[in-house]
Amino acid sequence: MSALRRLAPVILGMIVLAAWEGLVRLLAVPAFVLPPPSAVVAALLADPNTLGLSLWFTLTVTLQAFALAVTGGVALAILFTRSPLLASALYPYAVILQVTPVMAIAPLLLVWVGYERVDLAQLILAWIVAFFPILGNTTLGLRSADAGLRDLFRLYGASKWQVLWRLELPSALPYLLAGMKISGGLALIGAVVAEFVAGSGTGSGLAWRIVDASNRLNTPRMFAALALLSLLGIAIFALLSLVQRLALRRWHDSEASHP
Amino acid sequence: MMGQGPAPFLELQGVTKRFPNGTLALTDISLAVGDGEFLAIVGASGCGKSTILRHVAGLVAPTAGRITWSQPLAAGGVGMVFQEPTLMPWARIRDNVRLPLDLAKVPRAEADARVTALLAQVGLADYAQAYPRELSGGMKMRASIARALVTRPRLLLMDEPFAALDEITRQKLNDDLLALWREQRFTAMFVTHSVYEGVYLANRAIVMAPRPGRIHADIPLDLPYPRDEALRTDARYAAACRTVSLALADAMRGAA
Repeated sequence: MSALRRLAPVILGMIVLAAWEGLVRLLAVPAFVLPPPSAVVAALLADPNTLGLSLWFTLTVTLQAFALAVTGGVALAILFTRSPLLASALYPYAVILQVTPVMAIAPLLLVWVGYERVDLAQLILAWIVAFFPILGNTTLGLRSADAGLRDLFRLYGASKWQVLWRLELPSALPYLLAGMKISGGLALIGAVVAEFVAGSGTGSGLAWRIVDASNRLNTPRMFAALALLSLLGIAIFALLSLVQRLALRRWHDSEASHP
Repeated sequence: MMGQGPAPFLELQGVTKRFPNGTLALTDISLAVGDGEFLAIVGASGCGKSTILRHVAGLVAPTAGRITWSQPLAAGGVGMVFQEPTLMPWARIRDNVRLPLDLAKVPRAEADARVTALLAQVGLADYAQAYPRELSGGMKMRASIARALVTRPRLLLMDEPFAALDEITRQKLNDDLLALWREQRFTAMFVTHSVYEGVYLANRAIVMAPRPGRIHADIPLDLPYPRDEALRTDARYAAACRTVSLALADAMRGAA
């Protein structure tokens, strides 16, 4: 039963792909409208180097932005919970940055960093969108440390550093990991958006490949780049889920009760 | 004060606590606790029992009055067991029990030796590597007691520690607690809403009256130690329970 459950999405996917392939061939749909899966694979294999390099480029930008978002978000969350004044002063602006659609910030950012530095715009945009879930979740996590344990640490005269390191950060870990799962996907979106908005120039990531192929009406190649982007997103999510499970499975109810 | 009793170890003088919201939690609490005494603080919910413990622990400061000690306590001189086990869920039992020593930067080898010995004493030797969630409620409470005793405190504060446990586990823990107390000779302040539990454990019962929290009666309990199951059917135990119950009923009169 559980093996069937596990395989169910794979089987469904294969059925859909087969139906797609069959219908496109049967109805003779032009490839520039909807290419069959086989044509997408062919497009992928026709130019693996360019697409592979673009994949690598998008991956690098995404991971850099993600790493900066995690370190920056955690650091600012720690500052926020140390200084309520700083938190009140900065929090509204963090929210403004968060709620302003990233697509709308992109053109402005490109003007500032220059169209020859699309990679930098990607990094900044990806950082902006990935940063907030880390900040919000970690702040909540640091504050959610058990009140009884706080009393205990006070009873034993724990230093602020000891409280942070031994109580608040471990308490925040499940929240941080949940935030990281959201941020990982958002970082990828940020990395993609900047290239789309730039439209041309020095972009060399997967999003640029999609724009480029679209200009040439090379739909199979668009699908190939899109598939790689999806795979990248899936890989990031899967990896972060694994980290979450490994870090929490022994002690946190969210993971520990899984069969 | 108990006439023939030991030297006062801790004294509360006119301790009054008004919370920022205006609630008068404690009023004019004066209480001398002798060295090595086992004090039960008995009262209904909301009569300030826990607040007394939190004052003694130094977690809250009195609005008026003061708390004096016969001699200054070293770090870790006061251990506390809360109503909940209050263990760090991410840490193994061994690491939870070692926490007070880690916070005091006791060398790891010495700390580990003390933790191992204490875990054996509370019957958790086989669970040193376990995480709190893998333990039953009673076992978690044992770990919490081990943690409170790991600094070899002079005073152990317990805030209804066994209230959430079933009767059988509770009685076993009561017996084990008495054994630890007789062996280590710490002073104990044990908050409970159970007259029977308080009388079983303590050699002195403080009965609290609510709204505002105040001491209604101070009753010496002269039942002999060691105490065990036989005591529960002893006429002297029944008489002591009756005395404390009557005092408690009197304290609640007009309050509830």
